[in-house]
Amino acid sequence: MAKITAGASMSHVPAIGAAVDLGKTQEPYWQPIFQGFEFSKQWMKDNTPDVVILVYNDHATAFSLDIIPTFAIGCAASFTPADEGWGPRPVPVVEGHPELASHLAQSVIQQDFDLTIVNKMDVDHGLTVPLTLMCGQPKAWPFKVIPFAVNVVTYPPPSGNRCYQLGKALRRAVESFDQDLNVQIWGTGGMSHQLQGPRAGLINKAFDQAFLEGLVNDPERVAKIPHLEYIQQSGSEGIELVMWLIMRGALDPKVNQVHRFHHVPASNTAVGHLILENPR
Amino acid sequence: MALEKPYAHIPGTTIFDADMVRKGYHLNSFCMTLMKAANRERFKANERAYLDEWAMTEEQKLAVLARDYNKMISLGGNIYFLAKLFATDGKSFQFAAASMTGMTQEAYAQMMLNGGRAPDGQPNQGAAR
Repeated sequence: MAKITAGASMSHVPAIGAAVDLGKTQEPYWQPIFQGFEFSKQWMKDNTPDVVILVYNDHATAFSLDIIPTFAIGCAASFTPADEGWGPRPVPVVEGHPELASHLAQSVIQQDFDLTIVNKMDVDHGLTVPLTLMCGQPKAWPFKVIPFAVNVVTYPPPSGNRCYQLGKALRRAVESFDQDLNVQIWGTGGMSHQLQGPRAGLINKAFDQAFLEGLVNDPERVAKIPHLEYIQQSGSEGIELVMWLIMRGALDPKVNQVHRFHHVPASNTAVGHLILENPR
Repeated sequence: MALEKPYAHIPGTTIFDADMVRKGYHLNSFCMTLMKAANRERFKANERAYLDEWAMTEEQKLAVLARDYNKMISLGGNIYFLAKLFATDGKSFQFAAASMTGMTQEAYAQMMLNGGRAPDGQPNQGAAR
C-alpha cells in the first residue's frame, strides 16, 4: 500500500530560484533564507520519498486565460521547466508518476472532487523553486513528482475548507494504491505578500505566525479562514496559502512538527516553511 | 442579483476576478506570447506594431508602451501575465511592485528589509524584524 509519511510547505518566490541559479545563496541578503532550509535538505536525504505530490499554482504559464482549471493533476511521464519570459530555469526535467497520478485522479473524482486531468504541461517556478529549496542542485530530482495545480490567480480560488477536504480525499486515494510507495505531499506558495497596486509590499508577520501555528495544531480552525481575511491580512497574493491546507488535510489530525522557519523578506514576500511528519 | 464583492473596497488592491478576466483577456493573452524568445525579439523591434496584432483597447496599448503597471492592472492586467512583459525588459517582480507604489526600487527594497508594509498600507518600520 502507498502511504503518505510526511508533508512540507514552503514559499515559492521566483527570486529564490534565481538566487540559486546565479550562485548568490551566500550573499548576506539570501544567506538567512537558505540557512533556514539547511535542515530541510538533510531531512530530505534522510527521508527521501518515492513520490511527492506537489501542490502549487501555475503563474500564467501552462494555463493562460483560455482555460482556468480550479484543480489540475499532472499525469504525464515528465514535465519540462518553462520559459517564463527570462528563459527556462537550469534545473532537471521533472519526472512524473503517471500510474499513481491516474489512480489519484480517478479516486479523487469519485470522491466528488472534480479534477482536471493534464497529460502535457510545462511547470514554472511555483513547482521548481520548492524542489530547489528542498534538494539543492542535483543532476536529477531524487524522486518522482506529481504536479497538482490549484487556481489562485483568478478570483475566487477554492476555499480553504475545500482544499482541506481535498487533502483528505487525496490521502484516501494514496492509501488505495497497491504499490508500496513512500509518498510526501507539499503545499507551496505564500506567505503574506502583495505584488500589485499601491499596497504592494504587504507583509503581516503576526498573521503568518498564527497561520503556521494553527496549521500545525488547529487546522480545522485555519480551514475556516475566509478569502476576504486572506486578502485583507496577507495580501492579494497571500491567498496562495489555501494550498497549504491541501497538504495539511492529507496528514494525520495530530502531526509531529520537525521544522518551522519564517523569514522576511525574499524580494516582495515573507518566506514560511514547515515540515510535518505523520506519527509512525 | 449581482454578486457581492466585499474585496472591491480594499485600498490599493485590485482583485483579478472573472469580470477582470474578461476585461483583460487580450492584454493578458498578448503577455503570454512573450514566453517565446522569438516573440520577445519581434516585440522589442517594434512594440507598437506587435501590440496592433491584438484586439486590445488603445488605452491598454498605451499603458503597455508606457509600462504603467497600475494602469495595466486597472484595465484587466494580472501581475503574473504582466510578469512576461517586465521579464522581457529584464526587470524583476520587485521592480514592478516598486513601480506601482510610487517608490524608487531602492526605497521599496529598504522598506521590505524593514519588514514591509502593514495591511493598513503603512510601512511596518522594522516591526517585523
